[in-house]
Amino acid sequence: METRVAALSPNPTIDDPSVAAIPEGPVTRISATAPAPLFPATDVWRFRGLLYFLTLRNIQLRYKQTAFGFAWAVFQPLLIALSLSMFLGKLVTLPSGSVSYLAFVYAAMVPWQLFAQVVNEVSQSLNANASLITKVYFPRLLLPLSSVGAGLMDALIRLVVLLPILAHYHIRPTVAILAAPLFMLLAVLCALGAGLTLAALNARYRDVNQALGIVLQFLFFASPVAFPSTVVSSRWTFWYGLNPLVGSIEGFRWSVLGTGSAPVVPLLAAAIITAVLLVTGLYYFHRAEKSFADVI
Amino acid sequence: MKGHVSTPVIRCEGIGKRYSLGERQGIRSVREIVNDVLTGRVFVQEPAREEFLWAVRDISLEVRRGEVLGIIGKNGSGKSTLLKVLARITAPTEGWAEIRGRVGTLLEVGTGFHPELTGRENIWLNGAVLGMHKPEIARKFDEIVAFSEIEAFLDVPVKRYSSGMYTRLAFSVAAHLESEILFVDEVLAVGDVTFQAKCLGKMSDAAHQGRTVLFVSHNLLAVESLCTRAICLQDGKAIFEGRPRQVVNAYLDRMVPAAVAVTYQAPEQAPGNHVFRLRRAGVRPLAGSPGDALTVRTPFVVEVEYWKLRGDVSVEIWVEVYNEHGVHLFVTGWQDRPAAPAGLLRSSFVIPGDFMNNGLHHFQIVVSPESPTDVFHCPGTFGFEIRDTSEGQREGTEQGDWNGAVRPLLQWKCESIESGAGVVGEPQPIALPQGR
Repeated sequence: METRVAALSPNPTIDDPSVAAIPEGPVTRISATAPAPLFPATDVWRFRGLLYFLTLRNIQLRYKQTAFGFAWAVFQPLLIALSLSMFLGKLVTLPSGSVSYLAFVYAAMVPWQLFAQVVNEVSQSLNANASLITKVYFPRLLLPLSSVGAGLMDALIRLVVLLPILAHYHIRPTVAILAAPLFMLLAVLCALGAGLTLAALNARYRDVNQALGIVLQFLFFASPVAFPSTVVSSRWTFWYGLNPLVGSIEGFRWSVLGTGSAPVVPLLAAAIITAVLLVTGLYYFHRAEKSFADVI
Repeated sequence: MKGHVSTPVIRCEGIGKRYSLGERQGIRSVREIVNDVLTGRVFVQEPAREEFLWAVRDISLEVRRGEVLGIIGKNGSGKSTLLKVLARITAPTEGWAEIRGRVGTLLEVGTGFHPELTGRENIWLNGAVLGMHKPEIARKFDEIVAFSEIEAFLDVPVKRYSSGMYTRLAFSVAAHLESEILFVDEVLAVGDVTFQAKCLGKMSDAAHQGRTVLFVSHNLLAVESLCTRAICLQDGKAIFEGRPRQVVNAYLDRMVPAAVAVTYQAPEQAPGNHVFRLRRAGVRPLAGSPGDALTVRTPFVVEVEYWKLRGDVSVEIWVEVYNEHGVHLFVTGWQDRPAAPAGLLRSSFVIPGDFMNNGLHHFQIVVSPESPTDVFHCPGTFGFEIRDTSEGQREGTEQGDWNGAVRPLLQWKCESIESGAGVVGEPQPIALPQGR
């Protein structure tokens, strides 16, 4: 080591025997090479308070200075569902099975919007908090994680509004409705997995911002929101099945509308793809994490 | 208690941090990536064409509990990078560090403040960002509010705050951070003078409470008065370490050279014209050599060494002196008449002591041969610093910096105009403080 430190005064306490005394408190090791866990569970737990406040902030910020506030969480999917049912349900008359087209589409909007919103927020989460990343330490994973809460909050509100819609169309939910949160969880995890990769990429390449809107629009048409999976021609079934949203949307629809049988195959496919997305997302995020403060 | 004081809470060994140079900072376009794939370079870890900069290199430190370590150095010497590596904001490229205890990082006031959120919401958020736990914030909430004096606006979005209110609130959250280790960047001490004093006061409180502080600063006075130890960085390396006063002095000697002198080896490479070629220009104390410190009191010499290429014409050399604010203080000139023979010459003049003010200065050289159309401006400027060693005290009771472009020590006298008004003593040299 070539350190040339000109010591102007000898360190007076270097031979102090009490040096060996180890003070309490967490020991942090910083190293260029030290392996860190893929999911820093203990660190995230230590910073759970910050996770809470960041999540709270994202929820608080969502509808700040709007006259309608959280009603927007419902207006958005409702208006989209209304326009879809006007054009695709009435004009084009897409099939919606035994239930009304509006209920059919709104039910799909809950997992779809949950997914779209979480993907969007998670992939922006690092850039939107660049000032935090460059000024203070915390597990960077908190930023994508804290972006999930606001989407979940909106989804819950949408779920509550779904009940009067079901009642209006005299749809009696079966016991399957208890599985609904499971399908929402699937959509969230899928969004988080994809979002982790996108967020880490976005920190370095702002191209993600440009592309994300188009990709989401594409996914919207590739997912059974405005149409049932039954209309997909058999030629495309395989490729269509690779869309992990098919599982969560069809599953959610099945659970709340009580029509047909559980979409087992798409669900399995969705579960596998979500798991892959999560692992690769965590891995890429973990690899890119070290340089966030330098490139953002 | 002594054992506590000497326990190392921060240890680091061979810390280095490397950055990619250039605007793109390692961000590559699709075209470059495709090119890399095609040429097989995608598997190479570090593309050869990238240039790197070691912002910090080979830093090894041991900081004991209760120490207040000042980190000084010029801009870009790696001070902030070192702090960011130790604060885990950015990962080191090499080396390791070990930190025992909770770390609080204050690199700026109001990190994580969101303009749309209210003061109340921001206190919670900012507290959490700085690393406070919920019960801790709850316990100190009232104290923070009282300290910031914004009670009335607690539920107003901070975007409606005046900048003063904003800074007060942000600072009062930071001031209530009670981590065992504190990393502070001097940018914390922004704002007006009273606010700066408050910040520094809080820092010294922290030090007195036995907390360990790493303090990055340009404010040498603050480093001297607050820190128990200091290190000085240059080009990412620690070059001095020791007692703050010694380090600060060493820094001043080393970092701010008394005179920046360029020496050209041969007239062919030297700037100039057909008569004059500059060899070297610089400043030295009258009783000293180039590189020695200049003070407000010492007379010093400005020297211009040059090759005179022709003996049959004379040259005029003009020196223009500016201060750090770019104020043109004066110009002085000289003509070699009768014309000196060709050869290596040195022309110089003496600036008296007790005349220049302290601070950074520079001079420029203008050479005009006989024909006034052929004026030659020497490229570049020649910098030197004049230091105030008397800590502002020279005459009268004035202390600190003196206003004005120059600071001459002038002879005052006092005489009686009308007798009978009282006894007038001997004339004393005294200068009134200006502009206060």
